[in-house]
Amino acid sequence: MSTERQAPPARPAGPRGGGHGPMGGMGGAPAAKAMDFRGSLRRFAGVMRPERARVLLLTLCGVVSVALTVAGPKILGDATNVIFAGVVGQGLSAAGVPAGTSGEEAAAMLRASGNDAQAGLISSLPDVVSGQGVDFSRLAQILTVVLAVYLGAFLFGWLQARIMTVAVQNTMRRLRDDVEAKLHRIPLSYADKQAKGEILSRVTNDIDNVAQTTTQTLAQLVTSALTVVGVLGMMFWISWVLALVALVTVPLSVVLTMQIAKRSQPQFVAQWAATGRLNAHVEEMFTGHSLVKAYGRQEAAAEKFGAENEALYDASRRSQFISGTMQPSMGFLANLNYVVVAVIGGLRVASGQLSLGDVQAFIQYSRQFTQPLTQIASMMNLLQSGVASAERVFELLDAPEQDPDPAEPRRLEQVRGRVAFEDVSFSYDPEEPLIEHLDLVAEPGQTIAIVGPTGAGKTTLVNLLMRFYEVDSGRITLDGVDAREMTRDDLRSRIGMVLQDTWLFQGTIEENLRYGVRDGARRGGDLTDEEFLAATEATYVDPFVRTLPDGYATVLDDEATALSAGEKQLLTIARAFLADPEILVLDEATSSVDTRTEVLVQQAMNALRANRTSFVIAHRLSTIRDADTIVVMEHGQIVEQGDHETLLAAGGAYARLYESQFSAPVVDEEDVVAGRGAV
Amino acid sequence: MLVSLARTYLRPYAGAVGLLLVLQLLATLASLYLPSLNADIVDNGVTQGDTAYIMRVGGWMLAVSLVQVACAIGAVFLGARAATALGRDVRRDLFDAVQGFSARELGRFGAPSLITRTTNDVQQVMMVVLMTFTIMVMAPIMLVGGVIMALQEDVELSALLLVVVPVLGIAVGLLMWRMVPYFKAMQKRIDAINGVLREQITGLRVIRAFVRERRELARFGTANEALYDTSLNAGKLMALAFPMVMLIMNASSVAVLWFGAQRIDAGQMQVGALMAFLSYLMYILMAVMMSTMMVMMVPRASVAAGRITEVLETETSVTEPAAPVALASLSGGDGPRGEVRFEGVGFRYPGADEPVLHDVTFTAAPGQVTAIIGSTGAGKSTLLNLVPRLFDVTEGRVLLDGVDVRDLTTADLGSTQGLVPQKAFLFSGTVADNLRYGKADATEDEMWEALEVAQARDFVEALPEGLQAPVAQGGTTFSGGQRQRLAIARAVVRRPRVYLFDDSFSALDYSTDARLRAALRPRTQDATVLVVAQRVATIRDADQILVLDHGRIVGRGTHAELLADNETYQEIVSSQMSLEEAA
Repeated sequence: MSTERQAPPARPAGPRGGGHGPMGGMGGAPAAKAMDFRGSLRRFAGVMRPERARVLLLTLCGVVSVALTVAGPKILGDATNVIFAGVVGQGLSAAGVPAGTSGEEAAAMLRASGNDAQAGLISSLPDVVSGQGVDFSRLAQILTVVLAVYLGAFLFGWLQARIMTVAVQNTMRRLRDDVEAKLHRIPLSYADKQAKGEILSRVTNDIDNVAQTTTQTLAQLVTSALTVVGVLGMMFWISWVLALVALVTVPLSVVLTMQIAKRSQPQFVAQWAATGRLNAHVEEMFTGHSLVKAYGRQEAAAEKFGAENEALYDASRRSQFISGTMQPSMGFLANLNYVVVAVIGGLRVASGQLSLGDVQAFIQYSRQFTQPLTQIASMMNLLQSGVASAERVFELLDAPEQDPDPAEPRRLEQVRGRVAFEDVSFSYDPEEPLIEHLDLVAEPGQTIAIVGPTGAGKTTLVNLLMRFYEVDSGRITLDGVDAREMTRDDLRSRIGMVLQDTWLFQGTIEENLRYGVRDGARRGGDLTDEEFLAATEATYVDPFVRTLPDGYATVLDDEATALSAGEKQLLTIARAFLADPEILVLDEATSSVDTRTEVLVQQAMNALRANRTSFVIAHRLSTIRDADTIVVMEHGQIVEQGDHETLLAAGGAYARLYESQFSAPVVDEEDVVAGRGAV
Repeated sequence: MLVSLARTYLRPYAGAVGLLLVLQLLATLASLYLPSLNADIVDNGVTQGDTAYIMRVGGWMLAVSLVQVACAIGAVFLGARAATALGRDVRRDLFDAVQGFSARELGRFGAPSLITRTTNDVQQVMMVVLMTFTIMVMAPIMLVGGVIMALQEDVELSALLLVVVPVLGIAVGLLMWRMVPYFKAMQKRIDAINGVLREQITGLRVIRAFVRERRELARFGTANEALYDTSLNAGKLMALAFPMVMLIMNASSVAVLWFGAQRIDAGQMQVGALMAFLSYLMYILMAVMMSTMMVMMVPRASVAAGRITEVLETETSVTEPAAPVALASLSGGDGPRGEVRFEGVGFRYPGADEPVLHDVTFTAAPGQVTAIIGSTGAGKSTLLNLVPRLFDVTEGRVLLDGVDVRDLTTADLGSTQGLVPQKAFLFSGTVADNLRYGKADATEDEMWEALEVAQARDFVEALPEGLQAPVAQGGTTFSGGQRQRLAIARAVVRRPRVYLFDDSFSALDYSTDARLRAALRPRTQDATVLVVAQRVATIRDADQILVLDHGRIVGRGTHAELLADNETYQEIVSSQMSLEEAA
């Protein structure tokens, strides 16, 4: 089952592309695992290749920004030292040390009096002068530098993020374009085999997910990694002893993160499995609501719901709790680090081995150090799901493509419309032969009706004629020319198609009607307004469109426009009519059309068929009695072929089909429906 | 909406929530206490060179950290429990509410919307509550606590907060306020591009048939470009967010050092206090940021809460009778016979101009087939749905064996009827499970018998697992015709007094349709059969045909009678059959 891979991680509810907050991993589905993580990641890097100049630039900006950010606390520490020196200077003077005595002299004096700790403290500070307070000009200098550094970090950080946005969005636009282009190159055999929702999910959710994870991880990963390196460097620079102490918490936090993740992961999986089951049950019960009620099954439904609901509660309570402990645990480690640094740092300051400003800077660094580490950890999850999505997009991009058109295609100047299937064999699955050695000829202007039960291969004939699928052997000719020697576009532009699936796109009625009209390529020249109107009248579209407030400018969309199924069918007929093809394919299934519109649909189809070679897939025998040839298909074979009278007289499959359709006691009421009868 | 919903559903967990608040308060206070202890280390330990003091306060800091983590984890535990319990309870109440709905309320909301409300909307509300419990309640505590601690360290320096806090709040708020429209626009653009893709994937054949690939590429290109532009603009604003917040925070610490230095120089403040102050400033600014983001999150969750409340507050139009009539007492104590009678029945959707049904009166007697025919929108399905009370009449009454259906419990009523809906819907499980939906204690023999009547025996037998063959949700593993036959078998196995077929034969080919009707006839001999149909062939041998047009009965009689004198019927017939076929 592909259901698991079908759903990419749910999009977090918050604003898109937002910074990866502390809630990361709480809202999303478990990261779907990529099949070939490294390979797909490398390939994705390839997709980003045109942006390599930008990526380089943004990395540079990132380096500068991080370097400046990292330098900040250290310089700020100098400022603290200057302040502290002022305090100590005043303290010395208050303690009776003559004003103007330098720090070294004071330290020496203290040491002489046996106060080693104080001496050390003083000597660790720069420029202590007894009686002199805070050196404000120096402080101002330092603070100005700090401010400039922070401003620089801000500018470069901003620049980096902006370049990032451009690079990612460019890539996503290109990826979407690639997928779209691919969509029009895949053979229908591929498209038909995939669930529509599956393809749709790849081109929408997956690309979305890739875009989002790229935005969130690419810049962050660079910054976080650089920050870790930079901060670590600064920590060692300030005090390697403290740095080693602080580093002890790193393996601790890694172990802790992994332990928590190990425990929460199965709970998340359980949570999403329970969510899936519950949603499925809810969907089923709500969709089948009337049955549940009519069959009095509410209690059973509620019972099952209660069980699933409880299971979901259990799983989500556990997963939320376990993953929720991550934040406090990390906080605790940070605090632990803080305490250790404060104590050891304090001891070292007191003994003069370290300045107070450095301790302050160090505390800031150690806080900055754990943060990017946890960020990288949570980003790995995100990256997993992003790469899994990218992989699914790549799979689509790697799908087979239809055979290219011949290099020197044949072009028919004037199509008469003789269509011949010559010894055609075809099957969707080599194991199950469907059509074998089929011969069928439609002379120009003739109507060929194809009847037979579902699965007999009626639609397959259309698929082959339109070259949606290619024949396995034999050939289909148009005016004697093998269809494969023509370009697909040329062939298809000669054939108009009306399917039972009334596909209309979102746009105005007029746009939809003109869909098949290609300027300069139409048989009767460019479409005039008079022709347009004549066509819509002939296909019974005009009357109902006129009743709409916006007429032909009415926008068709999913639900808003109240067109009936029959009216939509009429639109598709008019669309084919306007395209003015030489050959027609009509699939007339009108079970959802109300009876009055159905008459119109029938008449419109008849109007369309006039003077055109037509293939009609018939569902109702009454409508095809006047066809030139009726082809009865069963199991991919033509079992009978002839006109209505001949076939009925033959007493074979057609006659049986005909009887089964109208098996009822005979009532003699002929005159009533006279004149309305055969449409 | 959000608040009242949360308040209602958290009431059972008030104790846990109260305890959670206390724990969060303790945890936050502990966090806030640490910098103050650190200040002590600097001011009393480091400057005095008192190593023992440093160690002692260090130990104290460790203890405070432990308290902090214990409280925080306790709070997470309680929060996760209360929030997920809230989610569970809201879901349960929603499910119960929807189960109680009649088809009318269900139609008003639509099944997909109700599904979203029961699942996604509840999830959203739950996550907001959880976030509030674990993070957001800390923000005000941290803000107030941070301010108090800062004031304690130095009142005058705290004046800086009056500048810094509003600056950050306004900057973040402004940025988000500018970004929200972009995010909304972006969602629209994504929907647009997905719409184009959905159309292209479903219409791949039409596009290729009309050779419009190039046009579609251009259409997609436009949508893609629009999404690109919006994403880029949103991204550029977003790019400002993090660096900006960092700049404000860093600039504030520079300001604190500068002004703090002057206070220290004047002997009004100690160095350790300055360092503590810096820490508190960071806490306060974090709290401001969290609150700003929370303000931004609430509207979204409020919408979800509103959608949930709307469902919970909707009352069903089909209610159980206060004093139900017992089934056994029907037909003078013989139990239900199955006679269905409509008396002046009218039905109108609330707020609709036109009634769906108007003054419908007829009797469907046991042993007879009553067929209802008419164009789409004539009210055929509505009429049928009034019998099992999927809707209730708005005028007149529907009687079962002379008793108003509203005087029977829906369970009793349902047990007398076998409904086969228009869309053959199967439940996930096995074929047998689906048949037992009709009759919970059906034996295998009964099932096979029902399948045989429904012309489904052959294909079920052909399945390797037979009756135990799995049925996917919605029955997608079966073809449309097979689904319909299984749905019919489900009604048949029930042996109901009243059969309700809602256009149930449309997916069958003509020969199967004919065989099925023939097999049904003996089975339904004593039962009342109501058939809604589109095909004339399906109903031409019905005992009574009702022709429905715009909610009114415009003709009744047998096929022959109607063919003779009913214009609407003639029209329907002539559209489906040619002259001699009709006759």
